[in-house]
Amino acid sequence: MKFMLMMNAPSGNGDWGISKWAPEDLKAHIGFMKTFTSGLAESGELVGAEGLAMPAQAKLVRASKDRRPITDGVFPESKEFLAGYWIVDVDSPDRAYQIAAEASAAPGKGGAPLNMPIEVREVMSAPPVEV
Amino acid sequence: MTRRSPEFTHENLLRELTPQVLGAVIRRFGDFSAAEDGVQEALLAAALQWPKEGLPENPRGWLIQVAARRVTDHLRSESARRRRETVATTDPSQSALPASIGVPSLAGFLSREEEDDTLVLLFMCCHPSLTSSSAVALTLRAVGGLTTAEIARAFLVPESTMAQRISRAKQTIKSSGVPFSMPTRDERAERLTAVLHVLYLIFNEGYTSSFGKSLQRTELSSEAIRLGRALHQLLPDESEVAGLLALMLLTDARRPARTGPDGELIPLDKQDRSLWDQRAITEGVALISTTLANGAIGPYQLQAAIAAVHDEAKTSGDTDWPQILALYGLLKRMSDNPMVALNHAIAAGMVHGPRAGLELLKTLDADERLAGHYRIDAVRAHLLERAGDLDAAVEHYRAAANRTTSIPERDYLLTQAARLSRRA
Repeated sequence: MKFMLMMNAPSGNGDWGISKWAPEDLKAHIGFMKTFTSGLAESGELVGAEGLAMPAQAKLVRASKDRRPITDGVFPESKEFLAGYWIVDVDSPDRAYQIAAEASAAPGKGGAPLNMPIEVREVMSAPPVEV
Repeated sequence: MTRRSPEFTHENLLRELTPQVLGAVIRRFGDFSAAEDGVQEALLAAALQWPKEGLPENPRGWLIQVAARRVTDHLRSESARRRRETVATTDPSQSALPASIGVPSLAGFLSREEEDDTLVLLFMCCHPSLTSSSAVALTLRAVGGLTTAEIARAFLVPESTMAQRISRAKQTIKSSGVPFSMPTRDERAERLTAVLHVLYLIFNEGYTSSFGKSLQRTELSSEAIRLGRALHQLLPDESEVAGLLALMLLTDARRPARTGPDGELIPLDKQDRSLWDQRAITEGVALISTTLANGAIGPYQLQAAIAAVHDEAKTSGDTDWPQILALYGLLKRMSDNPMVALNHAIAAGMVHGPRAGLELLKTLDADERLAGHYRIDAVRAHLLERAGDLDAAVEHYRAAANRTTSIPERDYLLTQAARLSRRA
């Protein structure tokens, strides 16, 4: 079964607040993410993963009456943003939760675990066998 | 139809020989992982050379020779690397071996040892120390002879992910020290159950994905049936092996009628039965009838018997529900699976009326394993509809639609809710 693990981060100043971290904290965080993702690849569970550009770059787009794109301006600061996601193929929901918990504990300021919320959603699949 | 044709092709021959060749090479070197790599290389060499140069006199012997050479090369270079010595590598073009090496084999006849090799390999790939997804991947590659790329496509994961999964599985087997031999008498029943489970998982993966564009994946059902046939040939007296094969045949027979033109789900009672594969039904019914008459009865046989009752009904109205109810009663006694109890409630609803079915569902509400499962809502909705309680039926169809993780199933359930709420 496949799950999408979405890492939501508060938008901060359009940068999730990480620009205020000490260099060694940033380095530890980036190192953790790399190791974490390559670990999923090595266990044969990783289907895909992407990190997204900071919300400062984000736009909300909708179609105008003549179907041309209209883009909204800056988002409210309090909003949480999708920072990145993983799609994993695992044997059970519990395994997906376990992976999410590992990601949640990524190191932040001063190396303390961030404990950020990871949204876990099952990817839709085909219907089961009818008996 | 995706069912593999029995006609001769190099590919069919290679896939048939894979487990025998792999078994022989493991037997010689004792290193599953290295043997598997060597056999993959030998298969590749054969796929390239045979169509050009003609079939060797003894294809199996040819493959074993080439694979064994690759393993030797590999082990040699491994130990060389370990010793930090520089050794000139062997010329890779050496794989073009003379065509007639080894003892000529009689096509279609296997020695006892060769048969055992296939069986031992299957037991090994379905070892309980592996997670089920690893066992599935390894079985498809080592016993089924599928390439990593094919398996990855079938499971919709990147090839590198599948390669890692297979390599980890081989590593697990290596480090768990499972010997390349038949399970002991004590282990045998449990290990066979694991093998059957893996085959059924492969079948389901293919069967349930026969929706939309993923045609590649339906091949998995054919592959599971092919492996099931091979296993049944090796163990003709194991009644559950025959039961699983019959179950797969009888289920797969309905596949062409399961989906509408837009990929929508068509439930059993609305299917166009003229689309069912009569040849598969005849084979499955014959198999399950002989098996039930002779062997010890098990869950796969009972499920196959139920599938046979459905498949033999000319219309859904002709379905022998009392017999299905009796079979689910037996199955319920044999297995603690709440899904069985759920199906038992459906059958009771068909025989004794929807209220009887709803009564049985009440006892299932307390089962934690079913808590929040969409199927209990879907079944309740259906029974409520038949009982004439349309508002409640709509509510449960919607609840089921919110919970299912399958797109065609969600679409089906939402359509049922919409149909009833318009009328209500």
